[in-house]
Amino acid sequence: MIADIELETFINDVYEYYGFDFGSYSKASLKRRVTRIFLLDGFTNFYDFLSKVKYDPEYYKRVVDEITVNVTEMFRDPSFYKIVRNEILPVLATKPFIRLWHAGCSTGEEVYSMAILLKEAGLLDRSLIYATDINSKVLETAKKGIFPLRMMKEYSDNYRDSGGQQDFSNYYIANYGNVKFNQDLTAKMVFSQHNLVSDHSFNEFDMILCRNVLIYFDNDLQKRAISLFDESLSVLGFLALGTKETIKYSIASGKYKQLEKEKVWQKVK
Amino acid sequence: MAESKVISDCKVVIIGGSAGSLHALMDILPAIPRIDSFALVIVLHRRGGDDQTLEGLIKIKTKIPVRIIEDKVSFLPGFLYVAPSNYHLLFENNDTLALDTSEKVNYSRPSIDVSFESAAEVYGKNLVGILLSGSNADGTEGIKAIQKAGGTIIIQDPASAEMPFMPNNAILNTTPDYILNTQEILNFILSINN
Repeated sequence: MIADIELETFINDVYEYYGFDFGSYSKASLKRRVTRIFLLDGFTNFYDFLSKVKYDPEYYKRVVDEITVNVTEMFRDPSFYKIVRNEILPVLATKPFIRLWHAGCSTGEEVYSMAILLKEAGLLDRSLIYATDINSKVLETAKKGIFPLRMMKEYSDNYRDSGGQQDFSNYYIANYGNVKFNQDLTAKMVFSQHNLVSDHSFNEFDMILCRNVLIYFDNDLQKRAISLFDESLSVLGFLALGTKETIKYSIASGKYKQLEKEKVWQKVK
Repeated sequence: MAESKVISDCKVVIIGGSAGSLHALMDILPAIPRIDSFALVIVLHRRGGDDQTLEGLIKIKTKIPVRIIEDKVSFLPGFLYVAPSNYHLLFENNDTLALDTSEKVNYSRPSIDVSFESAAEVYGKNLVGILLSGSNADGTEGIKAIQKAGGTIIIQDPASAEMPFMPNNAILNTTPDYILNTQEILNFILSINN
């Protein structure tokens, strides 16, 4: 692994040259990610790597894309999606129009999962899902709605475990080892680049999903992101985080009510 | 052999295992009365999804208090921690734990290599790494990293392991401080910092 001092130099230089601040990222994970790309691209000397990052903006972009973790899956944690299906969507159904924000959506698998739930609840027509990520490359994939066919067995099992009763393959067309999800799902998604470290609130939402993104931030940056979500959430709106994440340390208690033991909070005032 | 080197400055004992390691753990854990001076971390290959069966099982079998791992939970001596399913477990410099959902390593998340390497970075010579039974190569790189950082490494004797591949692979690629059966591993843990 790269040394702590090398990581600090990397953070400082990236900030100085590109204005991007990795300083509030969780160090243990960042160190692993930087080491990974350093080795993957065949470097042996850290300062060769660093000068390539500094003087080659295209390479810098690659490094940022590779550092941010883009591993996701459809219906990750089926029990969470069951709660969405059975307890959250019936509440959202009382609204004339439903706005959702999927922050840190990566390649979009969870966005398509949500669209399928909305469709099955008969709500997709009056819903709009804003899906954002810091990484422009993953957003291109998400927009296309094309995913590897080999993943569908696992996703189909997750879908069923989340309470899905349809034939999962109705939602896509398979071709050449890939599948393309149906256009009626994609039509209700708006993809754009958004940086939780530096960008502001851009709309008011009835539900915000940000799952397994905050684990990469330190406590201060988590607080910033959660207050950004708070500003962007309507009263009685829902905030959903990853199964190991919490808002407990970031926001005054009493403002949000947790749904039993789930990582979902409803804004009550 | 276990008595030849006295471990007196241990802060963390980390145990990794895969197939067959749960039985070994169930031989070891119930006989440990308490651990005051170090933390115990268990990283086992386990099924994906949000599943806490393993935590539940371990809680029943140990007198050591188990702390459920959440993002940035404080990492304290005296407690037992279990790497959660579907996350890699990492160690921060300020005695907290961090989680990561990045790619599987050795087909595994949590991966033993990932946690061992991260613990070696932070705890160096104050770390004891123990690798148990398993049928996959995970753990070998992690054991190497612990040794390189000055920590102590113990491999379960392959003859006593249900699945000898994982300990064998580590023995072939490192020079372990100890190769022990489960009773000897237990005795070793009981001797730490005494």
